[in-house]
Amino acid sequence: MEETKTITFTDKIKGWAHSFGLPRLIIAGFLLVLFIAAPIVGADFWMQVTNTINRFSWNAIMVLAMVPMVHSGCGLNFGLPLGIISGLLGATLSIEFGFHGFMSFVMAIIIATPFAIIFGWIYGQLLNKIKGGEMMIATYVGFSSVSFMCMMWLLLPYKSPNMVWGLAGKGLRTTISLEGYYDKALANILQINIGKLSIPTGAILFFALLAFLMWAFLHTKTGTAMTAVGSNPVFAKAAGINIDRTRTLSVIISTWLAAIGILVYEQGFGFIQLYMAPFYMAMPAVSAILIGGASVNKASITNVIIGTILFQGIVTMTPTVMNNMVHMDMSEVIRMIASNGMILYALTRKSEA
Amino acid sequence: MSKDQAPLLEMKNIKKDFFGNQVLVDINITLHAGEVLGLVGENGAGKSTLMKILFGMEEIRDTGGYGGDVLINGEKVNFQSPFDALAAGLGMVHQEFSLIPGFTAAENIVLNREPTKKSVVSEVFGQRLNILDRKKLNEEAVAAIDKMGVKIDDQMVISEMPVGHKQFTEIARELSNDKLKLLILDEPTAVLTEKEAIALLDSIKGMASRGIAVIFITHRLQEIMEVCNRIVVMRDGHVVQDVPSSETSIPEVTRWMVGRSVDNTAANAKKAVKDEGADKEIVMSIRKLWVDMPGETVRNVNLDVRKGEILGIGGLAGQGKLGIPNGIMGLYEAGGQVTFMGKNIPLNSPRRCLDSKLAFVSEDRRGVGLLLDETLGWNIAFPAMQINNKFLKKYLGGLVTWRDEEAIKNVTEYYIDLLQIKCTGHKQKARELSGGNQQKICLAKTFALEPEFLFVSEPTRGIDVGAKALVLEALRKFNHDSGVTVVMISSELEELRMICDRIAIVSGGRIAGIKPAAASSEEFGELMVSMVK
Repeated sequence: MEETKTITFTDKIKGWAHSFGLPRLIIAGFLLVLFIAAPIVGADFWMQVTNTINRFSWNAIMVLAMVPMVHSGCGLNFGLPLGIISGLLGATLSIEFGFHGFMSFVMAIIIATPFAIIFGWIYGQLLNKIKGGEMMIATYVGFSSVSFMCMMWLLLPYKSPNMVWGLAGKGLRTTISLEGYYDKALANILQINIGKLSIPTGAILFFALLAFLMWAFLHTKTGTAMTAVGSNPVFAKAAGINIDRTRTLSVIISTWLAAIGILVYEQGFGFIQLYMAPFYMAMPAVSAILIGGASVNKASITNVIIGTILFQGIVTMTPTVMNNMVHMDMSEVIRMIASNGMILYALTRKSEA
Repeated sequence: MSKDQAPLLEMKNIKKDFFGNQVLVDINITLHAGEVLGLVGENGAGKSTLMKILFGMEEIRDTGGYGGDVLINGEKVNFQSPFDALAAGLGMVHQEFSLIPGFTAAENIVLNREPTKKSVVSEVFGQRLNILDRKKLNEEAVAAIDKMGVKIDDQMVISEMPVGHKQFTEIARELSNDKLKLLILDEPTAVLTEKEAIALLDSIKGMASRGIAVIFITHRLQEIMEVCNRIVVMRDGHVVQDVPSSETSIPEVTRWMVGRSVDNTAANAKKAVKDEGADKEIVMSIRKLWVDMPGETVRNVNLDVRKGEILGIGGLAGQGKLGIPNGIMGLYEAGGQVTFMGKNIPLNSPRRCLDSKLAFVSEDRRGVGLLLDETLGWNIAFPAMQINNKFLKKYLGGLVTWRDEEAIKNVTEYYIDLLQIKCTGHKQKARELSGGNQQKICLAKTFALEPEFLFVSEPTRGIDVGAKALVLEALRKFNHDSGVTVVMISSELEELRMICDRIAIVSGGRIAGIKPAAASSEEFGELMVSMVK
């Protein structure tokens, strides 16, 4: 009963359309409509493009943080806030220790790294104990770490007058301005300005560097093992791979990327947001990579790039275009539908993979 | 048992295939009321499939239904679900218990058929709110237990019972169905002590005398001889014999079970009946091996493997033959001592085994053997890449080890060519291949590891005849050309006899004996059932 399948051209097109996914087509189409509608309804087109590119540069690394855990079979990293907290610790400590300018950004990364590794390792151990239910537990790890840090931001003995509450003289403020520190630290490097279009070259290059390293890592021996663990853990075990160690490594990488991701986000945004802010960071990142065409067990760098552009494009375009059209704030609703709907869609398709 | 009326059960020309793989061919079985039929056959002979057809199990319908007719009392039936079969008076006791641990025996026996009383609440809200009639419930349970003829405590909670009593509770549950006409017992004595088994056999006789027909499936031929009126032997999806038990003997039945009439074929002719390689070097010795593999427990295996031979390990399903390679290769928890080329092999560590140049082709092709969603190249190259650092390029003075796609492509194409793997190329996903070709990928993967010792577990399971021959030939060639010692585990004795030098038979988690491949089927058959637990 040996059969060889012949793949015709039409099959390829069909397969391509299938793998591209209906939701992705709808979202890409919607974004296209928005771009076309923008100048018609009187919104500044180049301003919109600039915004989209900017937001891409802020968010892409946090989306990239999804990749290693998907590859090792740990699913989507709903525990992203844990990594973000490592980044926030790096950021606040760097300022506390009195670093300024670009140096404060470098120091923030350096200080955040050990936190990310330690938190990631603990988080990884936890996920190894609950194989099969990673995403559910990850969500709660994220939530509870945020709640815990809400207390710690108040209690930790920070002294820097730029960060603590003015009257009490202790406890960190909810929003800390990065002016004089690493505001636009990356974005200003080699920035390109053509009329109204402005491209934060440095931030995009930094993402490109990390994305390249991620891509390269997946081509190494260890990276190959990681993909195999995600694809079939028993196969990997039979081939002598230490599954738990590989999974832990992926969680640490993911947590570290989340830490770096939030620092890059802050340098673009210009502020550090503490307390409940990390709480809402996981969902956009998760839905972005899903819109990019990733599934719960497969993700590539291309998925990250396409997904972030589509998702952030919609987030930036909808408020202006919709507001100009109907004079009503629809953006939040559409963002919610897109992000949560995408996650729901991806999870229902989990078993098909 | 009057012959003039229609038989209780008649199965006519039953055919069944799973996706083109024919597992049952023209099965004809007739059973009269009060008759005890012993159904024997090696694993994979088609016994369970046949019973599943009889019971209207969903998986039969899901895989395209069956051919032929099932008649009960002369009327054609086609059960849509096991519930229909139960309603028609069929009962089945499975090997695995389906009892509620926290309930008493009596409650389990009448489960879902509980006698009920009306209460005030149920008068108002309908009969679903009736309360249980405890007294009547217990009476019914006791009646069923009495019918069985074995004494068990009807008020004991299942979780506290010894396994044998759980088995009896299951049987009593089927007997409590008043309409019961035909009871199927699937290896009911597997978990019983000797004394309990005798009690069960008595109770089977008792049931038969009350007019209930029984189909008794077991590997213990002694029991079949004792209790059955007729014996049906199945092999490779055919009924090969259907004889009254008084007219046959255990050795004859074993021969029917395992042997095709190939004892004198060319394949065996060249093999010596005597053991010739006794002076050869021992390459691996296994001492006091135990393996905790569910369903394939290894209890105490002592085995010496000679250098360069092909050793077969055979035995009935569930006796532990699969546990041996899985335990040694670290996939299931194991203990004992394994030495390979004079070195101790640490158990429970796949990595250390592979580093010692052992390799394993798993019986679970899709679960363990393949990365179904990855390319053939990945599948073949992955273990060798991880263990032997092959197919890697080094950059920055060895700091970065890069996957060498070119080398992977070359090795994959080499094996596609060598093993005649039918595929669209090295980039095809393993999932898309047929079973036989997937098996070849599994072999290629281990060949690429360049092992010195190879375990191959059920290499031909679920693949068609043509592919089977190719796979076996590839193994023989690998053994012959590279001098690799091969241990092949298979439930098909004939297949082992075709390519092995010696065959060890596992029974009850132990090695029951080792014989040269040319020994007769009866000898192997006797070993297979010798220590069945």
